[in-house]
Amino acid sequence: MKLPMKLRLAAFAAAATVAFAAQAANELKIGFLSTLSGPASALGIEVRDGFNLALKLAGGKLGGLPTEVVIADDQLNPEVGKQLTERLIKRDRVNLMTGIIFSNVMLAVWPTIEESKTFYIAPNSTPTRISGEGCSPYFFSASWPNEGHHEAAGHFAQSKGYKNAYLIAPNYPAGKDALTGFKRSYKGNIVNEMYTKVNQLDYSAELAQIRAAKPDTLYAFLPGGMGINFIKQFVASGLSKDIQLVLPGFSADQDVIRAVGEPMLGLFDTSQWAYDLDNDANRKFVAEFEKTYNRLPTLYAEQGYTTALIIDQAVKAAKGRVEDMKTFRASLMRAPTQVKTPRGDWKAAHNGTPIQDYYVRVVSKDDKGRIVNKKIGTVMNAHTDFWAKDCKLK
Amino acid sequence: MSTILLLEQTLNGVQFGLMLFLLAAGLTLVFGIMDMINLAHGSLYMIGAYLMASIAGVTGSFWVALPLALVATALVGVALEVTILRRLYERDHMTQVLATFALILIANEVVRLIWGSQPIMLNGPAGLAGPVELPGGIQYASYRLAIIGVGLLVAVLLYLLVTKTRVGMLVRAGASNREMAVAMGVDIRRLFTAVFAIGAALCGLAGAMLGPILAVQVGMGENILILAFVVIVIGGIGSIRGAFVGALLVGLVDTMGRALLPLFFATLFPPMVASNLGPSLSAILIYVLMATVLFFRPQGLFPARG
Repeated sequence: MKLPMKLRLAAFAAAATVAFAAQAANELKIGFLSTLSGPASALGIEVRDGFNLALKLAGGKLGGLPTEVVIADDQLNPEVGKQLTERLIKRDRVNLMTGIIFSNVMLAVWPTIEESKTFYIAPNSTPTRISGEGCSPYFFSASWPNEGHHEAAGHFAQSKGYKNAYLIAPNYPAGKDALTGFKRSYKGNIVNEMYTKVNQLDYSAELAQIRAAKPDTLYAFLPGGMGINFIKQFVASGLSKDIQLVLPGFSADQDVIRAVGEPMLGLFDTSQWAYDLDNDANRKFVAEFEKTYNRLPTLYAEQGYTTALIIDQAVKAAKGRVEDMKTFRASLMRAPTQVKTPRGDWKAAHNGTPIQDYYVRVVSKDDKGRIVNKKIGTVMNAHTDFWAKDCKLK
Repeated sequence: MSTILLLEQTLNGVQFGLMLFLLAAGLTLVFGIMDMINLAHGSLYMIGAYLMASIAGVTGSFWVALPLALVATALVGVALEVTILRRLYERDHMTQVLATFALILIANEVVRLIWGSQPIMLNGPAGLAGPVELPGGIQYASYRLAIIGVGLLVAVLLYLLVTKTRVGMLVRAGASNREMAVAMGVDIRRLFTAVFAIGAALCGLAGAMLGPILAVQVGMGENILILAFVVIVIGGIGSIRGAFVGALLVGLVDTMGRALLPLFFATLFPPMVASNLGPSLSAILIYVLMATVLFFRPQGLFPARG
């Protein structure tokens, strides 16, 4: 039965209005792409748990809108990440994306996200390529610029007066970036810069050389299993008595502590957050996390939690208009100053990365005898991403 | 580089080699006797480490847990052999690779289901936690000396088993000519199960001994499995002696490469080039070694089959 032309046009207009209205978010769909399987999955799981906790505490709504989180597992594989990103954006039509842990996946999927004009809020990886020259209004980081922890560690080593530093990292781009960041702020003598094999098992040769070189401090960027191997062997060799080991926070948090235990006591690490930070938002975060998941949170969990808080504040301020680039970006940029996050006060730089404090933590026991990471000082105040200078955004 | 450092690096190489020997011995037996490529060997190593961690956690003692973990891993190995692997003996190597690769994936997920996806703690005995002073003033981790001791003990025991016992004789017969051994009335099924149980126990030992110095995590078997295969290819499939020599070679070449190559390049090239070239080259050195050995001796250094 053919409808008369006017009726057809009216029906079409009605349908179009309904479709368009459904677009102007009365619910929020977030694509959460992360590493949830394989040896490195602990990190993705921590971020996801932190994110979900904030969502739960907000009653399942971010920015006042019922929120659906579509979770996808990139398996630490850039190709898989790319396919999943396309599916999340094109088929699931998510309004926002978040979740990526590793820089190789991040760099592989970023062009797809940027082209689709979808906002990405980083709970972890914030590569210098995207925060510097390649900066974009669609990228916002709620974690840290990639070199932040390493620069903080360099500052710390400098401030403690360590004259001779030995550096060690795996021989791949993130390893080189880490040591570049450290060297930027450490002004003492670099005894040696050693690059090891990715996924190397045995560090006895390297440890023997470190012993012979007699540095006063050792900075090691060895993520995941590599770090666990190295720390265990470092302590077993007796070197921990003469050489102070300094690590970036992600190599020394609860997940590594659970795997290594007592040998880690006395080690220093740098982080944007510590479990014993003295503010209400943090006390609430740690207590709720322990109650919900039966374990202490790591800095990854804080990053996931803060990401959800930022999204909540920004969506609220933009009144749900996440497709409006200028409005939503402005709300994102203002969000850190409007909501209380566990890490304390911070704000966003013009390239979308945090300007925040970095703390030094020491692995020690708390009064319940648990091994924790206690804050012992602040090593960088209101620190801005070094590469922000290359970003032409306003 | 001083003499002391050179001596220490040699000791490191021997220790790393003996670590690999623990794993390679079982692998070469299975490959040599049953002509089966068993990629799940690394998974048995992982299961050994996880079982050790759990049992040590429950009993509170490393030395009490060690034999228990060995037996438990051997049982898992036997269960695996009787149910799944037995059906693969007659198949071609490609099928075996595919099937045992699937076992790796399944084992990883099962371990993750039981123990969670985060690495777990396995610490050595408290008495071996620190270094000892060796003659010459070398400070050496006492636990690594324990690994050297265990590795040498296993080498001696395996040698005695293979050369001096009846079971060993059957194993050698099966390795050099399986059909003839069957024709001579050897109960090949029981022999295979026994060999696999020994191999699994060795994996368990390797996992339990290496757990305290390496991360106990899902997928820990894959990295070391590759090295174990390089060892048995260099040493000769089916030969325990080959596995021993091959493991020591790989351990020494890899360690000395990592220790000496960067220094060597630093004298020849500007620092920027040296710091890139050194680590990259030392990473591939053992594969260069394998290629060189295969070029001159395609069957490996001590092939079991004549």
